[in-house]
Amino acid sequence: MADKKWPEIWQEVNPGCMVFMPGNTREYHTGSWRAQRPVYDFPKCIKCGLCYILCPEGCISQDEEGYFVADLDYCKGCGICAHECWPGAITMIEEG
Amino acid sequence: MTTRVGMEIAFAAAEAAALCRIDVIAAYPITPNTHIPEHLSDIVADGRLDAEFICVESEHSALSACCGASAVGARVFTATSSQGLLFMGEVMPIVSAMRLPVVMALGNRALSGPISIWNDHSDVMSQRDMGWISLFASNGQEVVDMIIQAFKIAENRDVMLPLNINLDGFQLTHVVEPMLFPDQEEVDKFLPEYQPYASLHPDHVVSMGTLGAPEIFNEVMKAKDTALINSKKVILKIWKEWEEQFGRRYEPIQAYKTDGAQVLLLTMGSMDETAEAAIDELHKRNISAGLLKLKLWRPFPTEELRKAVKGAKVLAVMDRAVSFGGAAAPVGAEIRSALYDEPDRPLIINEIIGLGGRDVTEGDFVQIVEKAARGGKARPKEAYEIYGVRGS
Repeated sequence: MADKKWPEIWQEVNPGCMVFMPGNTREYHTGSWRAQRPVYDFPKCIKCGLCYILCPEGCISQDEEGYFVADLDYCKGCGICAHECWPGAITMIEEG
Repeated sequence: MTTRVGMEIAFAAAEAAALCRIDVIAAYPITPNTHIPEHLSDIVADGRLDAEFICVESEHSALSACCGASAVGARVFTATSSQGLLFMGEVMPIVSAMRLPVVMALGNRALSGPISIWNDHSDVMSQRDMGWISLFASNGQEVVDMIIQAFKIAENRDVMLPLNINLDGFQLTHVVEPMLFPDQEEVDKFLPEYQPYASLHPDHVVSMGTLGAPEIFNEVMKAKDTALINSKKVILKIWKEWEEQFGRRYEPIQAYKTDGAQVLLLTMGSMDETAEAAIDELHKRNISAGLLKLKLWRPFPTEELRKAVKGAKVLAVMDRAVSFGGAAAPVGAEIRSALYDEPDRPLIINEIIGLGGRDVTEGDFVQIVEKAARGGKARPKEAYEIYGVRGS
């Protein structure tokens, strides 16, 4: 069960749905829920980190050059980062 | 050594729980169960039991505290009644979903309104589908025995489920009765120390009570249902062990003078002994009647019921709760459903009796059975009725 996302059959359900692998929520990629994704206009970004602070998913981190970027495996596309980015460096665009 | 003690049954329930060396008690007073936690609080305060008595501010907190304490591996006990059980309702299915062996003494009382402090079974029936094991005691002795059995059943690795012992409010909770009490050594011999399957501890990290996405929910419910169904095997095994050690027999459905009986009466809880007296009276009147006492409500003993009713023409099911607007009262509906596929099922009469503390007498049962015997296979006009209601 440890290397599976979830039990395939009911017999594999742990008693009480106990999870013996802490932090395994990371295996669940909520990014698939997304309808829109953020795109970045880095020349406008002042690296203030407001998007990083306000992201409710906690999926934004700084890259090697210091820009803040969402991890699309977990970003649900809520658009809060784009709304809050006052220099206007983030735009939400339709997926697909 | 077993001693015979005359005691109020609520106090006896507390004494029995103490004999189980419980670690944590969290309960909130509500009539008629109050004397159970009250007496346990005395037992802890007097230093007779090394346990944590958590004085909570509500029943919701009581069961939440029990849930947490059980999750860290404590042996946990609580008690409640009526509206108190409803207030625990939000936590009820969580305790069973987390597979925590919390044991509850449930002093059955009618749900409001109008406000009633008196007995019926509407409280437990409202929580029927919460995934708990449910036992019904006929008398004080059974309350004592079932509480001790309860921890062994609930904590068994093939069970790991919460359990409630139903004792009728006032008719049982407040009655003084002579009861046989095993001593500590005998209880210790019967009931081993609790060894949890898993417990919350920083040294061995585990998450309990997590989110269940739609992708797994069906499977989780199937696993929970199977756990409850399979618990019957363990219950039967532990009742056998109880009988071997203490000599008192427990069965999911206990039959009283049913050999060749044409009419069977089915009762639960404190109705059982009144119904026994009624059966004796009916035999004197040459009426072929017998009694089935339903001790195990969840998991429901379908096989045992089918066997027990074989050969009977009429089965009169006594309910102490109304399923408003339903096809029958809770127990009646369950029994009809369990027997529907049987080719030679008896005719089922469903009487709702003794609501909100209304007296249930030997004469009531005699009358119900006599009427059933006279009616033969004639189907009553209604699928169920409230017995003795004025104006009908």
